Amino acid sequence: MTGVFAAATAAILVCMGLTLTRSIAGPTVFDRILAVNSFGTKTVLLIALIGYLSGRPDFLDLALVYALMNFIGTIAAMKFTRFGDLAGMEDEDSEELY
Amino acid sequence: MASPIEVLSWVMILSGSVFVIIGGVGLLRLPDFYTRIHAAGITDTLGSWLILIGLMLHEGFTLGAAKLAMLLFFLLATSPLSSHALAKAAYLRGLDPLQGRDLTDRHEVDDSA
Repeated sequence: MTGVFAAATAAILVCMGLTLTRSIAGPTVFDRILAVNSFGTKTVLLIALIGYLSGRPDFLDLALVYALMNFIGTIAAMKFTRFGDLAGMEDEDSEELY
Repeated sequence: MASPIEVLSWVMILSGSVFVIIGGVGLLRLPDFYTRIHAAGITDTLGSWLILIGLMLHEGFTLGAAKLAMLLFFLLATSPLSSHALAKAAYLRGLDPLQGRDLTDRHEVDDSA
């Protein structure tokens, strides 16, 4: 069983390396946001798997917190790239949203 | 000899790892932003669901399985939502999808279509 957890952890680490390469090399800012979001999802899986690999399933609490923070961070980064400001779209000459 | 639940748990965790690897390679190699969203969606949904359900089968009926179910619910609610919001933000910003027959070489795509 430990071998299965170790293999899955290694696969996720390799995939995190690929995702980090895309987030550095991505031509547009949306590629970078997508790569960072995917990196966060893989971090959640990695924390859960490491908890089982080291025999301490309490790490699942950290994974839960990280899953929520990852979603909020993605939405905030997208809003910041669109409006240049986290406060939103009060500006009159900004683009139409819909 | 391992029980059938344990074997099913191994199979699900290992196949989830395979999907995670496929999504990572696709995120690195696909030519366009919208196709890269497709590759990242494989990782965010199928890979993470298979790994988390495999861990739940390994855990049994405990508090850890309940935490894994909550994690599964959060990923199920937020991953497709953030993918959709990202694609819509990129499209409204004016990022055009790559079109044409040969998607692997973006310099030869005909813009007159």
